[in-house]
Amino acid sequence: MVGRFLKRLYGSLIYIFLYAPILILIVFSFNDSRSRGQWGGFTLKWYKELFTDSQIMSALYYTIIVAIISALVATLIGTAASIGIHEMNRKQKSLIMNLTYIPVLNADIVTGISLMILFIFIRLDLGLVTLLIAHITFNIPYVILSVLPRLQQLDNNLYEAALDLGATPWYALWRVIIPEIMPGIITGALFAFTLSIDDFVISFFTTGSGVSNLSITIYSMARRGIKPQINALSTIMFITVLLLLLIIDSRANRNIDRKENA
Amino acid sequence: MKNRWITYPYIVWMILFIVVPIILVLSYSITLESEQGLSFTLENYKRFFDPLYINVLIHSINLALISTTICLILGYPMAMIIARAPIAYRNMLVLFFVIPMWMNFLLRTYAWMSLLERSGLINRLLTSINLPSLNLMYTNGAVILGMVYNFLPFMVLPIYSVLIKIDKNLIEAAQDLGANDLKVFLKVTLPLSLPGVFSGVIMVFMPAITTFVIPRLLGGGQFTLIGNLIEQQFLSSGDWNFGSAISMFMLVVILFSSGLMGRYDKDREGMGLW
Repeated sequence: MVGRFLKRLYGSLIYIFLYAPILILIVFSFNDSRSRGQWGGFTLKWYKELFTDSQIMSALYYTIIVAIISALVATLIGTAASIGIHEMNRKQKSLIMNLTYIPVLNADIVTGISLMILFIFIRLDLGLVTLLIAHITFNIPYVILSVLPRLQQLDNNLYEAALDLGATPWYALWRVIIPEIMPGIITGALFAFTLSIDDFVISFFTTGSGVSNLSITIYSMARRGIKPQINALSTIMFITVLLLLLIIDSRANRNIDRKENA
Repeated sequence: MKNRWITYPYIVWMILFIVVPIILVLSYSITLESEQGLSFTLENYKRFFDPLYINVLIHSINLALISTTICLILGYPMAMIIARAPIAYRNMLVLFFVIPMWMNFLLRTYAWMSLLERSGLINRLLTSINLPSLNLMYTNGAVILGMVYNFLPFMVLPIYSVLIKIDKNLIEAAQDLGANDLKVFLKVTLPLSLPGVFSGVIMVFMPAITTFVIPRLLGGGQFTLIGNLIEQQFLSSGDWNFGSAISMFMLVVILFSSGLMGRYDKDREGMGLW
């Protein structure tokens, strides 16, 4: 009995620790006072001002554009690569997987500065293009790491059966393999999208003047004090993500229930 | 099926944007530009062993080790609690551990600034009950707190995913054979969960040792860690050669220790480094 109480207490404390700062951001997004730490009454004005703030809106625009494009390109290249890697013999596979693990394991700051050196070396102006290249580069490995396990679970006979039934290799790939590994592709794409949205360090070193994402904007504000509009924006983003995840989770749970009842 | 060519775009991409940049960093790290032009040197690496910089390294390792230890002490029981929760709640508990990571990393760290600063909430609370206010911001403690806060999920999730895979029969067998709870934990659960602990330690220690944002925001710049040192070389002092040498050093340390740890991680058999 005591043990159970202690467990709950401990769990609650950890969750409070995790959520306290987020709660504070949310509360301050409704605060009618510019200074953090002072409560000046309830207001929605930061939410209104958010949409007319050109600095934040431009950062949001670049964040979303970069996240969508880099996730799509990374998913395309990564999925194709996984299908090819799956075919390789052990030696080639381990060589290429070691290459894949480098950006995953490497410190962000080292990846960031090494890309920056490359872009400056080949005289590519730092900006949207370099930012996109950088994001695609760190996204691809996560797509491969999500898709490859799916391919390994795949029954190789399915593909052979499709060929025996007269499908061309392309048709079989498109109608048999791709649908089978779709969950892995979607996980990989979502993973890439969120990594891109949240990235600061690599973006910081690979973007140029005029192009900055939300993280960079927040970083440049942090020492002077963040605009309350940012709190409003992050509240909106947080609630959106929370709702989406809860919907996905309840659907997944319902599917489990259905399977268990069947 | 022979579709090997569809890997080529990826291989070309990774050579261009992973291999070539690393070669560039390496070549910057072993050269020095002077009036006589480029010359090969190991001076940049030697400079790193100057007590000034070695202390930065030791300080970074220290803070990262302390944060990793705290994450392990806080995270292991939490992973156990989640793993033993009824299945109906379990996914929810994991989900609620992941959700904070969807909030921008800088914003979460910034939120701690508004909690810890002189006129922040914690100090307001203290003064309102007539206690003296504390100097919380810009200390080692604040940096460690920032690291623990940001990286705790990286410790809990790998341990959790190993714990739920442990065969319950093993635990019951140990109990049937007369082991008490402590003994079951020490002799069965803990050894079986070690792969999760290893990957958790790696996943917390690596970002902790190289972060430059957390010390910059919570440590107030006076605590230079290795990440700040690298950033400085490239963005303010313009010493790319020295910055590249530190980066190469970090890269080698990280790849080497991950490779070593990877040997314990049986899940990634044949896929990991080496």
